[in-house]
Amino acid sequence: MKKEWEGFNTGKWENEIGIDNFIALNYKQYEGDAEFLAGPTERTKECNEVVKDLLIQERKNGGTLKVDASKIMRINSFEPGYIVSGKDIIVGLQTDEPLKRGLCPFGGIKMVRQEVEEFGVELNPDVDKAFEHLTSHNDGVFKAYSRAMKDVRHFGFITGLPDAYGRGRIIGDYRRTALYGIDQLIEWKKQDHEEISSRSIMNEENIRLAEEITNQIVALKEIKKMAQSYGYDISKPAKDFKEAVQWVYFSYLAGIKEENGAAMSLGRTSTFLDVYAERDLANGNYSEEDLQEIMDDFILKLRVARHLRTSQYNELFGGDPMWITEGIGGIGSDGRHRVTKNSYRVLNTLYNLGAAPEPNLTVLWSKDLPENFKKFCSKVSIDTDSIQYENDDLMRPTCGGDYSIACCVSAIEMGEQMQFFGARCNLAKILTLALNGGIDEKSGAHLGPQMESVPDGKIDFEEAWRRYNIYLAWLCELYVNIMNIIHFMHDKYDYERSQMAFLNSEIGRLMAFGVAGLSVAADSLSAIKHADVYPIRNEDGLIVDYRIEGDFPKYGNDDDRADQFAVDITKRTIEELRKHPTYRNAKHTLSVLTITSNVMYGKKTGNTPDGRRSGEAFAPGANPMHERDSNGAVASLNSVSKVVWENCQDGVSNTFSITPDTLGKSEEEQTDTLVKLLSGYFGQGAHHLNVNVLNKELLEDAYENPDKYPSLTIRVSGYAVRFNSLSKEHQKEVIARTFHGRV
Amino acid sequence: MKGKIHSIETFGSVDGPGIRTVFFMQGCPARCLYCHNPDSWSLSQGIAVTSEELVNRAKRGKSYYGDDGGVTFSGGEPLLQGEFLIATMKKLKMEGIKSAIDTSGTYYDENTFDVIKESDLVLLDIKHTEADKFAEITACAQENLFKVIDDIKELKKPVWIRQVIIPGINDSEEYIEKLNDFIADLNTVNKVELLGYHKMAIDKYNKLDMEYRLKDTPAMEKDRMEELRTLIKVPKRKVKVAV
Repeated sequence: MKKEWEGFNTGKWENEIGIDNFIALNYKQYEGDAEFLAGPTERTKECNEVVKDLLIQERKNGGTLKVDASKIMRINSFEPGYIVSGKDIIVGLQTDEPLKRGLCPFGGIKMVRQEVEEFGVELNPDVDKAFEHLTSHNDGVFKAYSRAMKDVRHFGFITGLPDAYGRGRIIGDYRRTALYGIDQLIEWKKQDHEEISSRSIMNEENIRLAEEITNQIVALKEIKKMAQSYGYDISKPAKDFKEAVQWVYFSYLAGIKEENGAAMSLGRTSTFLDVYAERDLANGNYSEEDLQEIMDDFILKLRVARHLRTSQYNELFGGDPMWITEGIGGIGSDGRHRVTKNSYRVLNTLYNLGAAPEPNLTVLWSKDLPENFKKFCSKVSIDTDSIQYENDDLMRPTCGGDYSIACCVSAIEMGEQMQFFGARCNLAKILTLALNGGIDEKSGAHLGPQMESVPDGKIDFEEAWRRYNIYLAWLCELYVNIMNIIHFMHDKYDYERSQMAFLNSEIGRLMAFGVAGLSVAADSLSAIKHADVYPIRNEDGLIVDYRIEGDFPKYGNDDDRADQFAVDITKRTIEELRKHPTYRNAKHTLSVLTITSNVMYGKKTGNTPDGRRSGEAFAPGANPMHERDSNGAVASLNSVSKVVWENCQDGVSNTFSITPDTLGKSEEEQTDTLVKLLSGYFGQGAHHLNVNVLNKELLEDAYENPDKYPSLTIRVSGYAVRFNSLSKEHQKEVIARTFHGRV
Repeated sequence: MKGKIHSIETFGSVDGPGIRTVFFMQGCPARCLYCHNPDSWSLSQGIAVTSEELVNRAKRGKSYYGDDGGVTFSGGEPLLQGEFLIATMKKLKMEGIKSAIDTSGTYYDENTFDVIKESDLVLLDIKHTEADKFAEITACAQENLFKVIDDIKELKKPVWIRQVIIPGINDSEEYIEKLNDFIADLNTVNKVELLGYHKMAIDKYNKLDMEYRLKDTPAMEKDRMEELRTLIKVPKRKVKVAV
């Protein structure tokens, strides 16, 4: 046994990659409460103050503090950087200064040119010139797009496609470096390469794979060099907790240096790291205070990670998110919960460093989590509004005991799967297009199959549903083909060598499609079926509005007459998508998740048959429309829980805001009630919940007086943001959401 | 048979223990000065429902109730629809769902004893301990309240006492003493809740074009409420009670 492994229980993990096996054989469950946790040290407070000041400067500077436009950001482009030189415990920054942003042009040089121009710096002419000869992912995609593909993109039927920058959503299993050391990983990759390049048939897939593995090996060597520049040799396994954290962080850092993907998850590291923490506690190497300080410093590093973005990008994904998602808790495949003391420590950083949106701390909820831990999570939610919950009992049978969350809600098996991510299609706009027989209600442009618009008079439900299915089928075919092009080109021109190096060489792939406007589409169909809806035309005969006579059931009130539409539409969508083959045989998945793009989707959509006005924001994710869920929180949650996860395995996002008084009178009562609410919701088979416990008045005040609330953090849609970093438009939409309260 | 409801709150966390589905029943004999739901007074309004409909709605909350949650019949005055409540609570019991009634004791009829018998918990809103003040606040006589209390005693039914504290009316130490005396021989009390008067109902009165008679009365201050709460004496239990 290697000397770094002394004290660990032996197993299969020693001779082949087996992180899950290592954890299962070595971790120590923790059933106790939060009493053992340590507060911040003086050093932590000092470094945290430095970061707080930098964040204020960043906000005052319009959201971006500094940009280095002199070079392309690769693993070793920058000299080492520190938050406080000499005081950082966990070291490493993307560039040589905290919050300084670098260039990632391989996803799309156009976007980089725009970014530097918006910030007001000059792009190094050498970089600019190089791309006269190089092709970026974005260039490749547009070389292949058809007219119809460009149209659905342009008119807002599909928005947020990762075709202009990095696709993200890949999660390397960065724990591997800590357990095995980089040299062993390189050795295994070399073996894989030899096996694959020696196959009897060298087809396109095998050739590509062999080349990719070689690129991964180059990246691993560069990561080793990067660690050396900070004074660490990561060729061998980590010998203690601090090294394990540092090894994991270096490996993660390489990915966010090279790639500007929208979502760059960390994975599921805290319980793995606890194995080292327990060994060090037992040996007397580190005290509880030491361990917490290391975690605090690790999290502080993640909080200063940044990517250069355009204003257009920010309109879609507000709040400058990185989606450094970390999965906490859950149950292993052996049925034992994976809550450890380090699960508490990572949540405790929200107290030691203050509430913050990153990393995106995600509790993998199970009915079998220890009661103490459930209560602690509930308390953290009430105190910080910074964490989200996902149903481990729902995902585990499909994803196993060691998956993690890409971006906000998408489960991926650690080390064994990657995701081809891509945008969402506008379910509400498909309906208005269908009723108009293939003419866009906003622009008058002709798209898709052409037919007569629905006749005047009350719209017939059967006819509306028939048409809806025709246009849904049309859009889904285009959608799959667009995604195939995007991911083909991304593999070709912007391959994520430094992240893929931490995955198995042969992996499963998921292709993650998405929908937006689910509640608007469901309510619109419910209106057509249960009330009398008449088209209103403009002078050209285009239907631009609807007259609604009578009332109709609305999604969000636990009424099947409306909720069933949300279930049926998502089912129909995934069925249509599955009809079309995917690039690299990826498995089709679907999400109901909008990030903050619900505002943009709403802008691009005219009046809808549910009475929603043109331009009005959609509800986020799978949420009921604002204030239409009028029977209380449980009814609202129950409606969302009906959307079947098997049809939407990429996630069903629900963002829930409740006032503290509604949860109960005392802190203890509030904590208990929230535990019951989560238990009930997930017990119904629901997938995801963002929890905000706050008063609407607080947000209204923060809207008017941003300086009063520098660190106010809220959950929006699968992630958290600092309220101040949202545009005024996004802020208004958040305030307009349903707050479950009481008189 | 059909009952009449004013509205449903599927997430009640302050009207009884745990998470509760709250059915606000339509109709009330009282005309309390500070009533939150003046639109629940008239029996000619409201939504007609069957017991089955309410039970089905309540069943949708089962995974949230845990050990102590369930249904609360509030109002309006639920005792006004005694027969309907008895039928509904019996059906809820068959589904394993606990019921509470939230009453002000302003109404009593031949069904009331059985309503209390069927319930698992009574939330008893004491409007005022003195007859004349009680009448001033509710526009009802106090005698029905005593009948309700007698039934609770006879049935040994667990009870939560609730008392709204209004500035200038009952926000004194003396009043809390009187309240302690008033409930002293009610030995199934699990909890005494003092609720501070607030003014959030004003909007509703404006919308309904009704006069809000306490418009000059300020809301209770939180600190004063805490002071008064320390004076509460929960009566000693002479019998063991569940819930």
